[in-house]
Amino acid sequence: MAELFEIDNLQIAFRKEDGTPVQIVKGVSFKVKAGQVVALIGESGSGKSTISLATMAYCRPGLHFPGGEVRLHGKDVLAMDPQDQRSIRGNKVAYLAQSAAATFNPAITIGEQVTEAAVLHGTLTQEEANKRAVDLYRALELPDPDRLGKRYPHQVSGGQLQRLMAAMALVSGPDLLVLDEPTTALDVTTQIEVLKAFKKVIKDEGSAAIYVTHDLAVVAQVADHIVVLYSGEIQEQGPTDQIINNPKHPYTKRLMAAVKPTPKAGMGEELDEEHQREIPNVEVKNMTAGYGGIVNGKPAITVLRDINVKIRNSHVVGVIGESGCGKSTLARVIAGLLPAAKGEVFLDGKKLEADLKNRSKQELQKLQFVYQMADTALNPRQVISDILGRPLEFYQGFTGTERREKVAELLRLVELPVEFENRYPSELSGGQKQRINMARALAANPEVMLCDEVTSALDSIVSSNVIKLLKKLRDATGVSFVFISHDLSTVGSFADEIVVLYAGRVVEQGPVDEVLAPPYHPYTRLLISSVPELRVGWLEETMQKREMAVGIARGVEITDTGCPFYNRCPIAIEGTCNVEIAPTREPHPDHFISCHRTMEEISEAENAPQQVLHGFEKAAPKGDKAAAAAL
Amino acid sequence: MQRMVLQRILIGLVTLWVVSVLVFVMTSLLPGDVAAIVLGQSATPETLAAYRAANGLDQPLIFQYFGWLGNMVTGDLGVSKAGGAKISDLISGRLGNTMFLAGLVAIISVPISVGLGLLAAMYPGTWIDRSLTFGTLALISVPDFFIATFAVLVLAVQLGWLPAIANVAPENTFWQMARGIAMPLIVLVIVVAAQMIRMTRAGILNVMNSPYIEMAILKGVKKKRIILRHAFFNTIGPIVNVIALNLAYLVSGVVIVETIFSYPGLAKLMIDGVQTRDLPLVQATAMIFCGTYVILIILADVAAILANPRLRNPK
Amino acid sequence: MTDTSQAAEIENDQETTIYDELPDAPPKKQLKLTWTGKLGVGVVAFWVIMVFIGPYIAPYDQAEILDMDSYLPPGAPIDGGGTHWLGSDKNERDILSRIMWGARMTVGISFVATLLAYLMGVTAGIAAAVKKGWTDMILSRINDAILSLPTIMLGLLIVVALGSSIPILIGTAAVIYASSVYRIARAYGQEIMVMDYVESAQARGETIWWIIFREVLPNAAMPLATDFGLRLVFVVLFISSLSFLGLGIQPPDADWGSMVRSNLEAMQFAEGWGVLAPIWPALAIASFTIAINLIVDDISAKSGGDLAKKMI
Repeated sequence: MAELFEIDNLQIAFRKEDGTPVQIVKGVSFKVKAGQVVALIGESGSGKSTISLATMAYCRPGLHFPGGEVRLHGKDVLAMDPQDQRSIRGNKVAYLAQSAAATFNPAITIGEQVTEAAVLHGTLTQEEANKRAVDLYRALELPDPDRLGKRYPHQVSGGQLQRLMAAMALVSGPDLLVLDEPTTALDVTTQIEVLKAFKKVIKDEGSAAIYVTHDLAVVAQVADHIVVLYSGEIQEQGPTDQIINNPKHPYTKRLMAAVKPTPKAGMGEELDEEHQREIPNVEVKNMTAGYGGIVNGKPAITVLRDINVKIRNSHVVGVIGESGCGKSTLARVIAGLLPAAKGEVFLDGKKLEADLKNRSKQELQKLQFVYQMADTALNPRQVISDILGRPLEFYQGFTGTERREKVAELLRLVELPVEFENRYPSELSGGQKQRINMARALAANPEVMLCDEVTSALDSIVSSNVIKLLKKLRDATGVSFVFISHDLSTVGSFADEIVVLYAGRVVEQGPVDEVLAPPYHPYTRLLISSVPELRVGWLEETMQKREMAVGIARGVEITDTGCPFYNRCPIAIEGTCNVEIAPTREPHPDHFISCHRTMEEISEAENAPQQVLHGFEKAAPKGDKAAAAAL
Repeated sequence: MQRMVLQRILIGLVTLWVVSVLVFVMTSLLPGDVAAIVLGQSATPETLAAYRAANGLDQPLIFQYFGWLGNMVTGDLGVSKAGGAKISDLISGRLGNTMFLAGLVAIISVPISVGLGLLAAMYPGTWIDRSLTFGTLALISVPDFFIATFAVLVLAVQLGWLPAIANVAPENTFWQMARGIAMPLIVLVIVVAAQMIRMTRAGILNVMNSPYIEMAILKGVKKKRIILRHAFFNTIGPIVNVIALNLAYLVSGVVIVETIFSYPGLAKLMIDGVQTRDLPLVQATAMIFCGTYVILIILADVAAILANPRLRNPK
Repeated sequence: MTDTSQAAEIENDQETTIYDELPDAPPKKQLKLTWTGKLGVGVVAFWVIMVFIGPYIAPYDQAEILDMDSYLPPGAPIDGGGTHWLGSDKNERDILSRIMWGARMTVGISFVATLLAYLMGVTAGIAAAVKKGWTDMILSRINDAILSLPTIMLGLLIVVALGSSIPILIGTAAVIYASSVYRIARAYGQEIMVMDYVESAQARGETIWWIIFREVLPNAAMPLATDFGLRLVFVVLFISSLSFLGLGIQPPDADWGSMVRSNLEAMQFAEGWGVLAPIWPALAIASFTIAINLIVDDISAKSGGDLAKKMI
């Protein structure tokens, strides 16, 4: 009997303008058995997405299949005529794309899009399909399943869309499911919710799956078999257990080495006190900021409320929080890119003007901003020597050969060859561009660098190299950093202090070793538990935990009164937490937690056995059925 | 959404006002003394002065402007300096003719263009698409008067099917009307449709690059449905915009076509007015044209707002 | 053959720099003209050369009256020897020669007018995008008003008011088309102004001039250059239309638009192929504008069709 699905010596290539063919997938072979989840893992450019599309005999415009076979139930789909290929797509093989937001048609209701494939292929009638869709919504724990189908894609959240895409793929009961980085763009707490839902429905439906990702920790949770790809070739493949616990190939080992450690106390480095000074480098006091017109110190849309942050000399302050929590806004306010509505920013004890237009050149020089996307941060029409040379000339007056030497010095500092000075940004890879991006900030000879998610867009190996570079730069230059990220393990390994933001407010801040050790603010705890660990079975274990059940099931609500985390908090006190602003407690010097619960109560909750959190049930917020069901 | 629509309408009103200033200033610059033209050779300095005083021509330009604007808004278009007839009477008949022509052009060209545009987008790279793209490219590249001239050469001179001059009069029978209007109609439809076909095709192909179209392909949706259900619905906004803009373009096209075929429409009236230095007539006709144009552009913008599903179905 | 050697080359590369970071995407496609695009370039080049040398190599002067009969058919002999290759016009002049002279008027004037329109439109558009606020508000409203006057009508009014001379014609076309250039330049400007690299330059404390000349303009240059071609087509058509209405270039100077108009009656009165008299100059206009559009199409219409081809 033929295998369910088999890729045999698959080749995919494109033709350059001058006609020479370039192979991007070079003879890849692997099998998927019924009910099995196979992970394709690799960095960008490894060809993993291209291979995943080839399962449906599809390739992006400009590409073609020079050789190989893709067999479904023993039949080569590449050799089929277009009509037969079409009848497989969305029917026998279904696809889940990375960005659900872009993949849903904005003009068509969710229901029609979810049921479309099943109805068109004649698998189900419209009524049957609608019914099945509702069942799937329910299985995927989507809110309001009966009416969800009538809504439009922009009316639901990103995490919900991602799960809806799973419903869309599963509606016609495919034999093979292809998932292309389905959780990469999500926040950790959302990722875990989506992962859990995916894993459940894949199991319930009994379909086989190909799971494409660059994240080994995620793979460890979902896959039975792992295929490691590099540059269009398989480096190593084997059962998940073997690849995770006993990798053979040097490339796999490198990938493993780049996996971020679980955030915990002591992961950072000891800080010498030699650069310490009395006055903090940067201090933010009672700051409120947002967008739209400002009336009485309150903007139309408030993003940040009453923020107090100190950045001490040569320290790294990590700012952590999920998308929309206001962490980038904080950096923009400090940089003067977004004037605060209320409150002050001090630089070396001197008050800064809110708008950067009114700041002096020296002040601008001392604070440098590093953007997340090097692609948009570097002018595509300037060569590297101009990009780096301009701040050198502008702030420090270096010209001619002196400027050239300084540019070369900067390139060496960020570990790039000096020849790059004549290249345009488009001639560099993503990681190299990010290095140039940082070198430009360093060219100003700053005191503080504000790094906004500088590693988020990079692959794991590249991003771990960038972090290494950042540590080197901190030690070599004595510059202070504000390091903004949604990734707690990256922050934990690089920062000296951590500020945890939730819905525009600081919920916890303090030295890294104290923030990452109990007692935690309930939100910090949720964040820490949501970071996937590189071991099989982690997901199931974590989902047993009470705080996950409550925290994951709900989304962020921006409130004016009470604690913003109230609706997701497992130990919230109804009538208090949703009404009053939480007091700030100081369990250790310089370690602050904003919570109505005392430190003792928090510790008690943390130490209680996970499934039986007696004494807090009554305190749980009302309407807690989802949480109860999950327990 | 209502706010956005309202905002567009307000901006349109401001634009109309600026247009009125431009038209007024521009026509005031027209050479020749109106009084001298009207009164002719026999005028004495006294009669000239009296005429100017009677018509407010001795007042500063700014007063003249506000007086004129006030009259315009209340529907008083003034009196023709050339014939002494009321301008509203002169215009009403001509306006009907122009609207009749433009309306027919719209009714015929819009469905043809959207249909052919869709057809070209559905089969990109095929001979249908290639011939449509090249044909329309050639048509938008040649001057309208050339198309008109060519049409006359072929249809009127060589084949003798249609009259070269468009004669329409109220007493004409329908058949006579149709024959009379055929020539300008054909030319305008060709000119306007060429533009619309290209833009419809471009609009659809632009949407075809979206990830949700790729998703539809990967769901095994048939091409026809992809175009008609997935792509077209997202292109309605841009297409309506294109239609409105091209109908606005008709306003310009009408000038040339009415001149060539001596069609008794508003544009012909205006050009005659320019030649006889009939200020109030030129001002009134220019305002009608520009007003129509601005209204069509506002309609296009509003249609684009209404067609956006994000704005139509708020959270 | 190339297949394997290419693959081998890539493999060798990997051995020296093992597991290097892979490049983001295949390098951007170089612009490559299709045969229609190349044809366009050829035709445009031909007319540009005519602008410079047309009058010198034309067989006759543009105003020279050669025979007794008007509207001679193409190929008709001239009394004093020689041939009317494209026939003669109403005033017994050689059409071929007049078309060669006319290139200077039609193409030359249009080019100067488009250039001027760009100077004005880009300056105002970029200023609006960079300064924002009231500058943008006022410039945009004025621009909307100019745009909402149908071009040919606005042209008529200006030309009638100020008289028809070549400078006024150029100025009129430039003002009218500057407004559409403004719209595009402003749109590109706004798009670029929100890029992080511009914000980064602002945060560095750069002057507005640096931002305009070093950050915004270099990035807007390419798309604006494409648009220049389209705009030139519109200006050619506009000036020809004005000439056709008798308000453009005045006789005896030859320009293609007025040549169509003055020979229009050939369609009724000429004998034989003499009826083609108005068609030749019209063809000259069409060849030039179509050629430009072919080039622009090649540059801009690369996208879209590819994915559509994948549909079944």
